[in-house]
Amino acid sequence: MPLHHQPAVIPAHPATIRFLHWVWVYAIGCMVFSGWEIYNASPSLPFSFPRWTGLGGWLGGALAWHFSAMWLLAADGVAYLAYGFVSGHFRRDVGIPAPRAVVRDFWAALTFRLGHRIGHYNAVQRLLYLGVIVALTLQVITGLAIWKPVQLGALVAIFGGYPIARNIHLATMFLIVTFVIVHVVLVAIFPRTLVSMIVGVPAESKSRA
Amino acid sequence: MTKKPGMTGPRRLPVVKIRDIQPELRRLDRRGFLRSSLSLGGLALLTGCDLSTNSGVDAALRSILRFDDKIQAALFSGRRLAQTYPPSAVTRPFRFNAYYAEWQVRGIPDGWRLEVAGSVSDKRPWTIPALRTLPQAEQITRHICIEGWTQIGRWSGVPLRAFLERIGADLRAPFVSFKCFDGYSTGIDMASALHPQTILAIDFDGQPLAPEWGAPVRLRIPTKLGFKSAKNLQAIEVTHIFPGGFWEDQGYDWFSGV
Repeated sequence: MPLHHQPAVIPAHPATIRFLHWVWVYAIGCMVFSGWEIYNASPSLPFSFPRWTGLGGWLGGALAWHFSAMWLLAADGVAYLAYGFVSGHFRRDVGIPAPRAVVRDFWAALTFRLGHRIGHYNAVQRLLYLGVIVALTLQVITGLAIWKPVQLGALVAIFGGYPIARNIHLATMFLIVTFVIVHVVLVAIFPRTLVSMIVGVPAESKSRA
Repeated sequence: MTKKPGMTGPRRLPVVKIRDIQPELRRLDRRGFLRSSLSLGGLALLTGCDLSTNSGVDAALRSILRFDDKIQAALFSGRRLAQTYPPSAVTRPFRFNAYYAEWQVRGIPDGWRLEVAGSVSDKRPWTIPALRTLPQAEQITRHICIEGWTQIGRWSGVPLRAFLERIGADLRAPFVSFKCFDGYSTGIDMASALHPQTILAIDFDGQPLAPEWGAPVRLRIPTKLGFKSAKNLQAIEVTHIFPGGFWEDQGYDWFSGV
């Protein structure tokens, strides 16, 4: 990990990231819970989501939520990608970490020896955040494919046709939800990270490279 | 009506209208913090409306659906064709679907004629033999239900464009509305009506339509979700008035293009 100059007052998470993060929470929440209600209308696998988790009350309401929140999700995603590239956030904090660093940090996490320094991402975090960005991007693309399987016929063909694209959309949802669960559990273990995503907490100094 | 052996059983999901589940919706709305934060927080972000009531949420969602319809109309191309399949790909048995159960399917009324109304120069009603004198087209296409399931079927009949031209329809009118003798109704935009794969289907899988598949004539439009392919047609109207529809009036998005 290259060292770079750290001014003393740099916030752990810039205000832009904090704002976009909470928009994510809301938009992904709307998409997931309305998506479960839509899935329940005709389950493609032998299970349904609990009825009380659905957003929208019935299929029509759930679709209205899904096709409304998708704009918020897309806008947040575009804003995040633009900010991430322009500000250097991706270069610094996200990206493919060295495999050795992932193994090291993953082992340290499993043995409860991985410290958490607010404002710095360890190798496992880098991999997880990159993974969820890729999953969300795939979710938008498969979503477009099953929203417009005729007008975007080439897109749905890439995924092997409508029924398969629909199941990829479902599977990718599970990846995103798994990320969210892991993410929230880690926040529960390190509650001060929650504070740092709400208010501008100074980044902690880097104790090791 | 005779039930064909091997056809699907009763519809898996009950038909639900908003008014049937209104008490439950209210109960769900009281469910707790998560739901109210989703509703109120979200719409504040999306629209900045006053969201103190459920009807405000609904109005906001409906206005976004109308915006979505404009996007969908812009994405639609009158030349882009839905994928077609070989006869071996046809789904058998074909799944019955309607807003009622299969045992409630209506037979063809005595003296049935396909009525034509609105901005057309020739309003004489049509019989099936008369429709068979018009140009015919066959398609094997995927029927995509709004619920997410799909099936591939083979339909043939009169391209709607040929029919509209034959009756002297005003092709600049924005809507074509469909009324059915089973109480169903829907409507489509003129651009989609003129699409080459939009047909008035008379035959299904090589046979004249059976009542459960929409006898004696149905709309088949593979560029829209399945509920737009209205069965058991009674009347077609070319109109300047937004036609709504059975499901659309309850909240399904109107354009519903695929």
